[in-house]
Amino acid sequence: MDSMALNDLAPGASARVVSVGAGEASAPQELSRRLAELGFLPGELVRVVARGFLSREPIAVRVGTGTFALRRFEAACVRVRPEPV
Amino acid sequence: MDALTAAGPSPLIALVGNPNCGKTALFNRLTGSRQKVANYAGVTVERKEGSLLTPSGRRVRILDLPGAYSLDALTPDEQVTADVLLGRRAGESQPDFIVCVTDATNLRQNLRLTLSLKRLGLPMVVALNMSDIARRKGIVIDASRLAAELGVPVVTTVGVKSSGVRPLIEVLDRVAAAPSSVAVDTASPVTWRSPTAAELEEDQAQVRRILSAVGADRIDAATRSDRVDAILLHPVIGPALLAVILFLVFQAVFAWAQIPMDAIKAGVDALGGWLATVVPASSFRDLLIDGVLAGTGSVLVFLPQIVILFFFILVLEDSGYLPRAAFLLDRIMGSVGLSGRAFIPLLSSFACAIPGIMATRSIQNPRDRLATIMIAPLMTCSARLPVYALIISAFIPRRPVWGGLQLQGVVLFALYVLGVASAMAVAYVLKRSGGGTRFQTLMLELPNYHWPNLRTLCIGLWQRVEIFLTRVGTIILALMVILWALSSFPAPPPGATGPAIQYSIAGHLGAALAVIFRPIGFNWQISIALVPGLAAREVAVGALGTVYALSATGADVSSALAPLISHSWSLPTALSLLAWYVFAPQCLSTLATVRRETNSWRYPIIMAAYQFGLAYVGSWLTFRIATALLA
Repeated sequence: MDSMALNDLAPGASARVVSVGAGEASAPQELSRRLAELGFLPGELVRVVARGFLSREPIAVRVGTGTFALRRFEAACVRVRPEPV
Repeated sequence: MDALTAAGPSPLIALVGNPNCGKTALFNRLTGSRQKVANYAGVTVERKEGSLLTPSGRRVRILDLPGAYSLDALTPDEQVTADVLLGRRAGESQPDFIVCVTDATNLRQNLRLTLSLKRLGLPMVVALNMSDIARRKGIVIDASRLAAELGVPVVTTVGVKSSGVRPLIEVLDRVAAAPSSVAVDTASPVTWRSPTAAELEEDQAQVRRILSAVGADRIDAATRSDRVDAILLHPVIGPALLAVILFLVFQAVFAWAQIPMDAIKAGVDALGGWLATVVPASSFRDLLIDGVLAGTGSVLVFLPQIVILFFFILVLEDSGYLPRAAFLLDRIMGSVGLSGRAFIPLLSSFACAIPGIMATRSIQNPRDRLATIMIAPLMTCSARLPVYALIISAFIPRRPVWGGLQLQGVVLFALYVLGVASAMAVAYVLKRSGGGTRFQTLMLELPNYHWPNLRTLCIGLWQRVEIFLTRVGTIILALMVILWALSSFPAPPPGATGPAIQYSIAGHLGAALAVIFRPIGFNWQISIALVPGLAAREVAVGALGTVYALSATGADVSSALAPLISHSWSLPTALSLLAWYVFAPQCLSTLATVRRETNSWRYPIIMAAYQFGLAYVGSWLTFRIATALLA
C-alpha cells in the first residue's frame, strides 16, 4: 500500500512510520526533528487513539508505548503506511 | 564519620530523564523534599537541589532537572537541563554522576535519551522507575541483561514507595565513597553534539535490539488507558464529561464546605467573645478583636472551600486527566492563536498565577510564551475564591436551579468561565497585534492513567493548607494590624457623630479613593479594602472585615461579614466588585514574577495597565447595566 500522511489516518487504524519530513510548507524547521525525538521514527508502530470534533484536530496518536496529542500540521509531517488489519 | 568525608566537596548527582518518568518523586524520596509531583509532563521547570546522607555517612548533592526529550533543547525548561549537563550553566560545575531515570513501561521512548546521555561520557546509572506499574502490566525486564546491553549499571526503583529507592541509594553510596568505583563503559568520551536524523534512527534500531534482548519489546494492541481514552477523548462524550466534571467541582465547593465553614465561624466568634471578657477594654483589645480577629477570621473561614477546590485539582493532576483536558480544549486554544502547550500553565494559574507563569517555560515559541504569561493572571486564582465566595454567599440566594444544581455554584462557575473567556479574548487581540507564527505546537504527551496516590494527595492538600495558613498568619495578619492602626488614628474629634473610622487616616484615604471608584459603584469601605488587596487578593476580605468591624456602631462587631455587606451594599455594587475581581491586577508578586520571567519591566507594566483598564470598564458596565435593569 502507498504511504499517506499521519493526519489522514482514520481513528483506530494502525500504521508504520515511513519517514518524517517537512510537512506543510513554512512549518518550523525543528518540527520534524522534535517529532523524531518523541519517537516518530521509521519502522515504529502508530495508531490514532482519538480525534477532535469537527475540525478533526487535535489527534491523539499512540507511538510505540507512548501517546501524544498532535495538531494537524504536526501529524502532516509524518508519512505512514497502513498496517493490514 | 571519618576525616575522608570532610575532605573534598560532596559529589553532584543529576537526575535526568524524559518528562513525567518520575524524577521528582525519586528526588523527594532521596532528599526528603516535597517538590510538586503530578501525572503530566512539565511539572518541574527549574533545577532543584537537595542532599542525601548515604548509609555510610557520606553526603551527596542531588539535582532534580526538568524532563527533556533530548539534549537539543527546544523549550526554556529543557535548556536548563541541557546547560547543566553540558556544564554550560554559569556558576555551576558539570554533574559528577548521572542517574538516568526511565519509565519502565515506556522504555521504547526513554532509552533513546539514555543512549544520548551515554555519549556525554559522564559516569551514569539507569534507574528503571515505575517498575511496580510495569510488573502489574506484565512487563518483565531483565535488568542485568539491560545493564550488559547498555554498558552501564541498572537499578530497579519505585519512586512512590519508601523501599523503592534502596537499590539506588546503594549505588549512590558507592559513588560517594569513590566516584570512579562505579564501572562505566565510556571508553571514548566525546564532546557532545546533536545527533543527526540518521543517528536518531540508528539509536532507535539499537533500542529495538536491546528491548528484544531484555524481553520488553511487546507493544500492547490496546492498553487500559486506550480504552479509557476511547470514552474520555470521544469527540462528543469527552467534552460533555469535562463540562460535568468542572460543574461538579464548583457545586462541591459550596455544597460540602458549609459545615466546616460554620464551625470556623463559630470558633472565631467564640474566641472574640472570650477575648472581650478577659482583656480589659483598651486600644489593645480593639486591635485584637477588630483588627486581628475580624480581619484574619473573615479570611480563615474560606479554608474549607480552598481545600475542596485543591482536592479536585490534585486528583485531576495525579490521574493523568489534565493533558486530556488540554486535548479536548485544544481547538479553543488554537482558535485564539495560543499554543496547545499553554493549557497546563493556564490551568496551574487556577491555583496561583505565579507557578502558572513559571510553567510557561515549557512553551517553545517566545511569542506564544509571552501571550500565555500575559493572560495567566486572568485565570481565577485561589486567592480570589474568598472574595467571590463572600459576595456570592451575601447576595446570591441559595436556591436550586435546574436539575439539582444550586444557584451559588452556578454563579461561581460563571465567574470562572468569565475569567477564561476574557483571557481568550485578550490572547486573540495580542496575537492579532503581535503577529507570530501560524504554527503553534502542541506535541503534548498523554501519560497513562493511574489512580491518584493517597500519600501524594494528602501531602499536596496539607501543603495548600500550610500556604493558606501561613498567608493568614503573616502577610494578612500584618496588613490587618497596619490597617487597624490607619483606621483607628487619629481618634475622632470630640462631639463627632459618625463612626470613628471616618475621621482616621484610612477613612480620609477611602473618601479620596471613593471619588475614583464611585462611578463603578464602590463605597469608601470597598475603596479602602482594595489597597491592601494589592499585596494579596484575599486580604481585601479581611480588610472589609476590619473596616466594617470598626464602622459598626454598637452592634456585635464580630458578627459575620456576609449579612453585614448584604444590608449595606446594593446588588449592582456587589456585581461590580465581582467584575473588578475578575479583571483587576491585584497581586504585586505576580507582576514581580512577570518581571523576572520576561526580564523586562515592559510586560508587567503593560499587564497592570490592561488589567486596570479592563477592570474599570468591566465594573462600570456591570454597575450601570445592573442599576438600569434593577431600576
